[in-house]
Amino acid sequence: MALPDAEQTLAALADRMRGAIAFEARFVGIYSGGAWIAERLAQMLPGEHPVGYIDVSFYRDDFQRKGLKPEVKRTLLPFDIEGATIVLVDDVLYTGRSVRAAVNELFDYGRPACIELAVLIDRGGRELPIEATYAGARLAVARDLSVVLSRAADGRLALATEAAADERTGVGDA
Amino acid sequence: MRNPQLDANGGLTHLLTLEGLPPEVIVRILDTAVPFASISERDVKKVPLLRGRSVFNLFFENSTRTRTTFEIAAKRLSADVINLNIGASSTSKGETLLDTVDNLVAMNADMFVVRHSQSGAPHLIAAHLNRTGRAHVHVVNAGDGRHAHPTQGLLDLFTIRHYKQDFRKLTVAIVGDVLHSRVARSLIHGLTTLGTPEVRAIGPKTLLPTAVQALGVQVHHDMREGLKGCDVVVMLRLQNERMKGALLPSAGEYFKHYGLTPEKLALAKADAIVMHPGPMNRGVEIDSAVADGDRSVILPQVTFGIAVRMAVMSILAGN
Repeated sequence: MALPDAEQTLAALADRMRGAIAFEARFVGIYSGGAWIAERLAQMLPGEHPVGYIDVSFYRDDFQRKGLKPEVKRTLLPFDIEGATIVLVDDVLYTGRSVRAAVNELFDYGRPACIELAVLIDRGGRELPIEATYAGARLAVARDLSVVLSRAADGRLALATEAAADERTGVGDA
Repeated sequence: MRNPQLDANGGLTHLLTLEGLPPEVIVRILDTAVPFASISERDVKKVPLLRGRSVFNLFFENSTRTRTTFEIAAKRLSADVINLNIGASSTSKGETLLDTVDNLVAMNADMFVVRHSQSGAPHLIAAHLNRTGRAHVHVVNAGDGRHAHPTQGLLDLFTIRHYKQDFRKLTVAIVGDVLHSRVARSLIHGLTTLGTPEVRAIGPKTLLPTAVQALGVQVHHDMREGLKGCDVVVMLRLQNERMKGALLPSAGEYFKHYGLTPEKLALAKADAIVMHPGPMNRGVEIDSAVADGDRSVILPQVTFGIAVRMAVMSILAGN
């Protein structure tokens, strides 16, 4: 299927956020794709936006079925969460389960004043009552496909689809 | 025969020994322990990974430290922990080990952490669970006889990697009572599996196993000679009961020859780290000036031990 260009979608996402987000908002990217986007957005948007990283593996609801994924990264939040305005950043919003896990994890670090959600692609298919505050593009993707973001050596982002590892609902990484 | 620790897909389902474990399995545990280490630094030292699971600490041999670190690790994973002091219960009434296990499985145990004075007891339990189609109940060896103490070996490996990065460039000395030490055996297997070029066993002839070279280590009876050029010095605890068995003349004599003093440590590399599995006998195997000195990483070992045990339990519970 035809996917939008990742760099153009990122520019569109930044346009939607510009003027809307708090000047001191902290960006928290969900590994791996969300982390890349959070870093780029922090450079593109006006204001001071420190970037943190979150790996939601320890908070996922599919651990019973899938176990622990091989490479868990370290959650790194180099700022205070208590009372902060947080923009959670992910590459693809799908079932909403990663975002649920990320919000749970954030609360174990403190009580944020506000959490917004910015995603590059909203592909629909939600299984939880979660919506993006900002989305670069919204598109419909068949259930048997995953949308995957990659980053080239020069930092350029690209989108592709691949066969979903598991078609059952709620298993999508997003 | 399949390794009883691994499932059909090569996933770790019990942790009984580091001997024979593929290097990628060991590296995955060490890698997974890194993010767990940061959880213990938070205000909320807990993740919901094992919520609702029941972990039974089955300690047939006394241990406060190991049992406590397993308990902390399980609790930080949100599991329910049940401590059984078996010495004081069923076994003394005549129940067999496997009957005890079957009863606890009937109570829906998800994981057993087993410490036993008999080498092979955790293996017996794991084999029993595998054979009776209950391999979803996991076994972690928390020390069996003189055989193995794999989570201690893993936390030692984690500590060494934390300070020294690449095993393939290191010289590691293990000093003391290697003969009776399951800690030493587990560490030696881990180090050789990860490609450590030089592992030395240092101790008196009476405290080194006769064929210890077969494990891939070099033997030294002269500690000063053995420490030369080492990156890591691992001191083992001298168990007081060894003194009675005529293996050693006296604690003072032992300290003179095999106690780690600042003078002896100066023979190792200038940036060498000093490790000890605890509990320490100050003035017997280690001088206080070394134990409390800036090269000592003995307390970080304890902290890392919790993260490593969290990693082991979550990898097992996910397989």
